[in-house]
Amino acid sequence: MRSSKNALSSLWQTLFGSPVRAFGVVSLLLLISLAIAPAKNHFSEWRHYQKQYLSLIRTRGDAITLQRHFHDGIQQIWLPQLGVVDRCTTCHVGLKEASLADVSTQPFRLHPVIPHTSDQFGCVMCHRGQGAATTVEEAHSSTLAWEQPILPARYTQSSCGQCHRVDLMGTPQLNTGRNLLSRYGCVHCHTIKLADGTAIKPTDDPPSLEHIADKTTREWIYAWLKDPQAYAVTATMPNFKLSDPDARDISAFLISKSTPIAGDTEPVSKEQKTPDPAAGASLYGESFCASCHAVQNAAGNVVGGDVGPELTRIGNKAKPEWLQAWLRNPRVYDPGTAMPHYRFTDQQVSLLTGFLGNKTDSDLLANVHLDAATPEQIAHGKVLAAEYGCASCHEISGIKKPDNFAPELTRIGSKALTQIVFLPDMQHTLPDYISAKIRQPRSFGSALKMPQYTFAPAQVDALTTELLSLTDRAHDLPLSLTVPTQPPSHYQPAGKAGQLMADLACFSCHAINGRGSDMAPDLTWEGSSVQRPWLQAFLKNPGTLRPALIRRMPRFNLSDTDVAELTDYIMTVYQTPAFDRDSMPSSGYPPAQVEQGKQLFYSKYACQSCHIIDTKVDKGYIGPSLTQVGSRLNAAWMYHWLKAPQTLRPGTIEPNRNMNDEDARALTAFLTTLKGSTKREAKK
Amino acid sequence: MKKYLHTLFIISLIFVAACSRKPGPASALKPTAFGAALVESSGGKQIGATGMVLPYPLVVQVNDEQGAAVPGGALVEFSGPADVSFNPPSGLTDSSGQVTTNVALGGMAGRYQLTAHTSTKARKPVELKVEEIALGYQQQVGSRLDDKYCSRCHNPESTAERVSNFDNLEVKPHPLTEGETLNKMSDADLTAIISHGGPALNKSPLMPPYGYTLNKTEIEALIAYIRLISDPPYHASGMVYAHN
Repeated sequence: MRSSKNALSSLWQTLFGSPVRAFGVVSLLLLISLAIAPAKNHFSEWRHYQKQYLSLIRTRGDAITLQRHFHDGIQQIWLPQLGVVDRCTTCHVGLKEASLADVSTQPFRLHPVIPHTSDQFGCVMCHRGQGAATTVEEAHSSTLAWEQPILPARYTQSSCGQCHRVDLMGTPQLNTGRNLLSRYGCVHCHTIKLADGTAIKPTDDPPSLEHIADKTTREWIYAWLKDPQAYAVTATMPNFKLSDPDARDISAFLISKSTPIAGDTEPVSKEQKTPDPAAGASLYGESFCASCHAVQNAAGNVVGGDVGPELTRIGNKAKPEWLQAWLRNPRVYDPGTAMPHYRFTDQQVSLLTGFLGNKTDSDLLANVHLDAATPEQIAHGKVLAAEYGCASCHEISGIKKPDNFAPELTRIGSKALTQIVFLPDMQHTLPDYISAKIRQPRSFGSALKMPQYTFAPAQVDALTTELLSLTDRAHDLPLSLTVPTQPPSHYQPAGKAGQLMADLACFSCHAINGRGSDMAPDLTWEGSSVQRPWLQAFLKNPGTLRPALIRRMPRFNLSDTDVAELTDYIMTVYQTPAFDRDSMPSSGYPPAQVEQGKQLFYSKYACQSCHIIDTKVDKGYIGPSLTQVGSRLNAAWMYHWLKAPQTLRPGTIEPNRNMNDEDARALTAFLTTLKGSTKREAKK
Repeated sequence: MKKYLHTLFIISLIFVAACSRKPGPASALKPTAFGAALVESSGGKQIGATGMVLPYPLVVQVNDEQGAAVPGGALVEFSGPADVSFNPPSGLTDSSGQVTTNVALGGMAGRYQLTAHTSTKARKPVELKVEEIALGYQQQVGSRLDDKYCSRCHNPESTAERVSNFDNLEVKPHPLTEGETLNKMSDADLTAIISHGGPALNKSPLMPPYGYTLNKTEIEALIAYIRLISDPPYHASGMVYAHN
């Protein structure tokens, strides 16, 4: 000990023994401490990367150009109106250098092509992270002072969704997420408001349960409540993981509250009890039921549309009496249904009722045995139905639709991590939390009410992407930067024709003036497009226009007065202001011009690659068949369509050929001569 | 002097402790069987998107010298470029001799080379290389445009939703994956034939012009997509992301 004390005191003597020495030492220390800051700067991470970059580009062919583009020191993108202060380009130096496409090491990669530049929007708008930081750790990871880490690449599309509320071609995952959010009815329980003040609307149409006893049995309701996907794999109804007694009590309550509708109890006819399966199946096919309804085939594949419910086991669910009444006129049971009123004959109704009634699965209800419901069970069922928020989606007599049943998700994409209770063994990031919540909501607590959905992993990612787009920034952005959705069209055709169109559910397939679906052609300007006699004949008996399509217009057994009503309305109201449909004659063009048009059709424009005018020679199966186009379309429509198809029907795939006037007139002249074989028409 | 040694020892002990490497992710799986070859069962050559899990899992099979599957216990490990993730990263063969993993590709558009590893009884490494494609934003746009405008004729395969027009055409179009033909065409050639139709390059007028239907950005996106899905790969389409 003593020796070390001696050593210390001798050291003190050496350094501070005399004032001159002390002054020298203190100066030295001061110098060193002053040098710390510049040294830290000199050895900083970003300087290291900039040096690395310079040595990377030194050996490349365009080294001089790259060197000229390079600026050393801290770089910054400052966009005050967006609140962006991004220094990412300090290390990510090669983002804009197209010649670095082959460099795979970060931080020197070229940024992939996107429609925006970093000068416009900076980096953190899309990638999150801490823009102002100058170390990798602080910029990319969450720290005590900054909890927003870099967004994993799989969710990057969510950032597009902050400004773009309309679907973009390059963001399929975000589009899918948005579709799922509305289609699975998440927004029935969770309110989501957008920056423009509107709320996201659900697109599913959960049925009213006010007359449920007409439609199905208590046993089916019980089985459905226990596991909706056991009945239909495509069912969007989630699994509430109900116990047996709870499912029993809710089914008892729903049946007890149901009120009957006249007609639903009419006994089924005799033929139905011995149905003709082949005739039923062919009527199902001819009526194009599969355009909207899917059926699971023997191989387990679900084939058909997703507008209406899956019908694989419909016989287990629907009572034959109800099915019969529904097929006669679905609007009696559900005035707002997307299903058209087909006007089936009694014989057709019984054929379809028998055919659908046979679609059963003997296992589904085999083990369901329910005793008569007691008043206590019914009362308990009502409590449960209110507790689980059944009325958020379904109309139920005796329970009011609750407001804000589940937490609002308007700004879920910016939820503070400090407000989140994470599960053990879980990464503490927002995307992980959201996707875990979607995957297994009850893992966060068995008392939670959120039901279990059956989403595929890609669907979970898609939903997470959409939810992550609902950020504070999405609400605080200048409105000039946002691209809002088109306001929904509430177009309603007027008068008797309007009632007919509602009854036939035209908007379930066609769009008119922005309202409706894109399954079938847009009819906004149908009156300018087609000729009256063709429309009349088509409504009466729709023929095949596009042979390659599976979905086609079904036949509705319309009466002559109904057909006349619809034709008058369409021909009068749905006209484009762009031209007068009668401005060009429908026949009588000079033969030379007709011949010139035919030449153009086959040689210069090679229309036969997509269209058929002569069934013996042509095979083009993409566009509609043109064998009778002269009796179908107006000459003026053909002419204007040839010149600019997209102006008449935005988004149509027929390419704009930039056709000159002479060619367009000649082709029109030729097409007007294609009247089809009138004999075959007469036979039909 | 001894005292100094003690201090030195303690200091060096602390030093060693501080510098000791973190324990690596030691594979808990112990192989109980060994194979001689690795073959791909399914999941190769998929087209996915940057950062996202591929639509189908990657399934590889371990075979013995005779080419029969080695069920139960052969260890397969997966590796790829730094930002590719595998779930699970390794596994023992199941009862049919296969190991399945879900792959999430990296953040850059391009081709990704993934490797599955196993070893023989003599500890000789066996490898299988698989390539997957990740579409970026631009290629995704191209893919959607292809779906809407091109594939009806250029893709000979029909789907339930779309009947192919390929067989109906007198002059057969080149499938857009056909690298042997398309790789020889420059970007300018492709732009010309898309914008002005087949006759622009003395080819069939059955290919119509899309220059008045698609804009410049869309045509560029389409070409970026075609370049990326080309088989054999287009050499200038950027790099194959292998190990960094």
